[in-house]
Amino acid sequence: MTAAATTDAARELYRLADQRVVILDGAMGTMIQGLSLTEEDFRGDRFTDLNHDLKGDNDILNLSQPEKIEAIHLEYFEAGADIAQTNTFNATSISQADYGLSHLAREINVEGARIARRAADMVREEEGRPTFVAGALGPTNRTASISPDVTDPGARNTSFDELREAYLEATLGLIEGGADIILVETIFDTLNAKAALFAVDEAFDQAGVRLPIMISGTITDRSGRTLSGQTPEAFWNSVRHANPFSVGFNCALGAKDLRPHIAELSRVADVRVSAYPNAGLPNEFGGYDEKPEQTADHLGGWAEDGLVNVVGGCCGTTPAHIAAIARQVKAAAPRVVPQLSLRMRLSGLEPFDLRSAF
Amino acid sequence: MTDQPTTESRSIFVNIGERTNVTGSARFRKLIADGDYETALEVARQQVESGAQILDVNMDEGLLDSEAAMTTYLNLIASEPDISRVPIMVDSSKWSVIEAGLKCLQGKGIVNSISLKEGEDPFLEQARLVRRYGAAVVVMAFDEDGQAETATRKFEICKRAYDLLVTKVGFPPEDIIFDPNIFAVATGIEEHNNYAVDFFEGTKLIKENLPHALVSGGVSNVSFSFRGNNAVREAMHACFLYHAINNGMDMGIVNAGALPVYQDIPETLRERIEDVLLNRRDDATDRLLEIADEYRGSGGAAKVIDDKWREQPVEKRLEHALVHGIGDYVEADVEEARQKADRPIHVIEGPLMDGMNVVGDLFGAGKMFLPQVVKSARVMKKAVAVLLPFIEAEKDDSQGAKGKILMATVKGDVHDIGKNIVGVVLQCNNYEVIDLGVMVPAARILEVAVEEKVDAIGLSGLITPSLDEMVYVAAEMQREGMTLPLLIGGATTSKMHTAVKIDPAYANGPVVHVVDASRAVGVVQELLSRERREAFAEGIRADYRRMAEGRRKGRVDRARISIADARANKAPIDWSDYTPPKPAFEGVKTFEDYPLADLVERIDWQPFFATWELRGRFPDILDDPKVGEAARPLWNDAQEMLKRIVDEGWAKPRAVIGFWPAQADGDDIRLKTEAGDTVVHTLRQQMPRGESAENRKANLALSDYISPEGGDWLGGFAVTSGPEIDRKAKEFEEAGDMYNSILVKALADRLAEAFAEHMHERVRREFWGYAADETLTNEQLIAEAYRGIRPAPGYPACPDHTEKGTLFELLDAPSAAGVELTESFAMLPAASVSGWYFSHPEARYFGLGRIERDQVEDYARRKGMSVEEVERWLAPSLAYDPEEEAAKREAA
Repeated sequence: MTAAATTDAARELYRLADQRVVILDGAMGTMIQGLSLTEEDFRGDRFTDLNHDLKGDNDILNLSQPEKIEAIHLEYFEAGADIAQTNTFNATSISQADYGLSHLAREINVEGARIARRAADMVREEEGRPTFVAGALGPTNRTASISPDVTDPGARNTSFDELREAYLEATLGLIEGGADIILVETIFDTLNAKAALFAVDEAFDQAGVRLPIMISGTITDRSGRTLSGQTPEAFWNSVRHANPFSVGFNCALGAKDLRPHIAELSRVADVRVSAYPNAGLPNEFGGYDEKPEQTADHLGGWAEDGLVNVVGGCCGTTPAHIAAIARQVKAAAPRVVPQLSLRMRLSGLEPFDLRSAF
Repeated sequence: MTDQPTTESRSIFVNIGERTNVTGSARFRKLIADGDYETALEVARQQVESGAQILDVNMDEGLLDSEAAMTTYLNLIASEPDISRVPIMVDSSKWSVIEAGLKCLQGKGIVNSISLKEGEDPFLEQARLVRRYGAAVVVMAFDEDGQAETATRKFEICKRAYDLLVTKVGFPPEDIIFDPNIFAVATGIEEHNNYAVDFFEGTKLIKENLPHALVSGGVSNVSFSFRGNNAVREAMHACFLYHAINNGMDMGIVNAGALPVYQDIPETLRERIEDVLLNRRDDATDRLLEIADEYRGSGGAAKVIDDKWREQPVEKRLEHALVHGIGDYVEADVEEARQKADRPIHVIEGPLMDGMNVVGDLFGAGKMFLPQVVKSARVMKKAVAVLLPFIEAEKDDSQGAKGKILMATVKGDVHDIGKNIVGVVLQCNNYEVIDLGVMVPAARILEVAVEEKVDAIGLSGLITPSLDEMVYVAAEMQREGMTLPLLIGGATTSKMHTAVKIDPAYANGPVVHVVDASRAVGVVQELLSRERREAFAEGIRADYRRMAEGRRKGRVDRARISIADARANKAPIDWSDYTPPKPAFEGVKTFEDYPLADLVERIDWQPFFATWELRGRFPDILDDPKVGEAARPLWNDAQEMLKRIVDEGWAKPRAVIGFWPAQADGDDIRLKTEAGDTVVHTLRQQMPRGESAENRKANLALSDYISPEGGDWLGGFAVTSGPEIDRKAKEFEEAGDMYNSILVKALADRLAEAFAEHMHERVRREFWGYAADETLTNEQLIAEAYRGIRPAPGYPACPDHTEKGTLFELLDAPSAAGVELTESFAMLPAASVSGWYFSHPEARYFGLGRIERDQVEDYARRKGMSVEEVERWLAPSLAYDPEEEAAKREAA
């Protein structure tokens, strides 16, 4: 649990982050949607016999349409991304249960990491610049600290142990497939994330490697809290023990509305800060209208003001957005990671900070 | 660190709430053992509200499934944002319970505790897991050889643990908290005499040599020898903390609310306690024991010392009289002060106001409690009454109150105890209060507000229809272009209702929900301050908007099932071989001038103390370390007053009960009476009940408890303490004795409730007779351990107040028992209780919850009312916003 720079890629990543703002890629879902794939496409050659629909299971494309996913990764790298996020947002056994494919969870993660690895290695070879693969662990469709039943506040539809096991399997898959980084992302419920971080630590022990960890929470609305009710600082106190490479927020809000929460995190987090907002707020059809230049203007401003170390895009963003963002933040210096005094910092929904008497 | 740290330096010293611990609190243990998690949550809430910065949760009890109890309790806490905002300390001697707890915490908590007791391997393994779960850790000064007693050994064990944690586990040193063991002193065993000193010195060594590590401990252990003498124990805790904090202690499990301020501990007591703690002389224990009894409770020698205040100058005497609510000498003292003063008004502006300011400060700081403050007000009134003739003679009106507040209980409502308490508290703080009494129409409130040029209006109400009336008053204020602050209070009011309904109705001015009397002064001060008013009001309004917005969003998730589905899932009662019991008579029976003595023993005292904002279980509350000091004299006054009520016949309780042949018809109950058929309408729960058949709960309506095959019976009742006792309260009020006026009213309420309980028992045993040989204690009765229920219209099972009209007609309650209904269906006299009787063995109390529009439409049709009218009466029970729904329909 010492500093995680134990692989070559990790050392390279830390070096890059010292020099400039690191660019994460944009939305995978939006790009897949753009392909207008049919049920047959989702099944590919492998799942022709399945007796239920697979359409919408984006993660299964790692097995049925690997070349299409690889093409998307390549587009983002060409737009200027340094890090590709694997197509594994819903690849845990818990989330795949919706499609009856829990048993394939490990394989989907292995392949997801391999596909991104191939794209990253190709670009590295051709352009001679460092590229990275972040193995993505999504939030799952369940919450360990929120009741699904309004009449029974003590009820839960999952448990820490169930989540931990699912995340352990997924992480081992991502490591096997060649991920450089583990990214715990779109965290609605910090307890889910704590189960994920627990599993990641176990997986590192089992695999005998330590990869850099990126943690990205989600502020669900303008109340400025996570879905499970934590403020940004309370959230940071809850996950800081994982000693991550970076912490940040993604999804739910556009850059404009996300800024105050990133600013808050930037004040309290003594690691790098990441941000990958949506392309604005969804319109009435669920689409996103923010132009690449608009998103890039916001993020460029954050970089100039020294708020961020890693930027990218979430729902609704495209390679055009990432290209615009990369241009915009190019000149800015990365945020200087603050040194905080050593004090016990706890949290409930709100942070608690002990100022020692001596 | 300042030179004189006290236990009040809370920004540094951290209080850990200790009441949610089954090993430390008998009450909490019982709640958990009984599965009463709802009340157990209140314990946690109270801890946080009274300043606990971290909550210690312990479920170590042999008979409990501790892992399950820990999980259930922490999951429930997670659903209560008021509680879960603070970090949790998971406290257990069993590692499996600690892990169960850690698996429920999204925040970063503390593990309490691990130690080297079983050697290094398990210690290291547990520490690595704590790190992986992301928690801080308490390490006990305990190793393979046992618990450390001396300072050197405490330090040695802690240093060994520290080195292992920091170097082998990579544990952040700032997340390590040492508990170097606080042991009891003054036990009579010589070896124990140095225990406190060992703790102080051990703490100092840890803080000086182990960088960033913290020190904590369970403080109450130290005074274990003085069990039963809380006054001495608390003084010991305060002295102990004074020295421990000076030596570097950072946090402690302690009932901070009960601690006296170090400097306030009587010199003799403090010296002898410190002799013990610091082990300064061989006879220290004996010398402390010698004087300990003098400080026990509030009686005994403490009284003797008390008389010393009479020797002080008159200004100090008046202050003392006000703070302690002593009226005996006030006339002579005021006269003496008047002769010293240039003008009589100066006595009020000087010593009396100074004294009341002290009262206000102590109350604001949580060091005085409501009954004491009301007594102070009584003394103040008495003092002012002495001065008034002299002031009048001077014809001077420069009294200079801080502001004028109009208070009223709204139209249709008669409850005024809460309002009167707020009025008294405001007067104590030098605000002029214009009290318009009860059942005040909106027009009159506005008229007087303008005439008297008041600075704020306070509205109160206890029954749900009053909520609507408050919205109406707010809308009228808006229409009249007023900008005065509007304060909302009373039992049915809530911050949510204020935010969603009242605040939007009055955009011109600030609206503030005042949760209890202790908050009233703070709110009024802010609202009347020229500089702060705007910022304060804006803050409140922003908060309300957020709440209203959150509620609008939250509604989407609040799925209801259709009324047809709900009816299909009614209570599964098998009527085929059930014979409903037949009452002893049919029709009504009245009771005049009911013997009071029968009712006194049935009184449930807990709500009585709650009226005075003293929370706690009776009779424990009388010895409660925090509020016992206020509860005990109040209890004595109540006993005295009760004796006068009984002996002098101040109350003449009356009752009427009745039984009618009944048959359920869907959600209605059809009754046969002499005057023809009557229908009682009930409402059905519409919350989703889940899928699995075996443990699915029913969607209940009260009609489920009446046989659909006929041959069944429904009962009804109305009982009252009678109007006579109200007149007594008025007499006190007119004599300026608000304390006794409130006391009489609160007792009248209790007597009415006791009467309802007593009558229900007689109904079960005699008049309906289905439980002729029932023998229950008062506690069992309060816990409702009997067959049959007596739900009241307007309360959770049947929230429609208008059904009270049907009940009152059946009983002919106005002439039979002298109880009338207002236009909002509040009962007059206020100290009255009414309801239905159901006899079925499966009948139980339930809450209707929120209902959908399909049931409202159906209910309106059954009752022959318009949908809008039903929506108005049932507003708090609707699962939808009628205005939003109407707008949607219009748009469609």
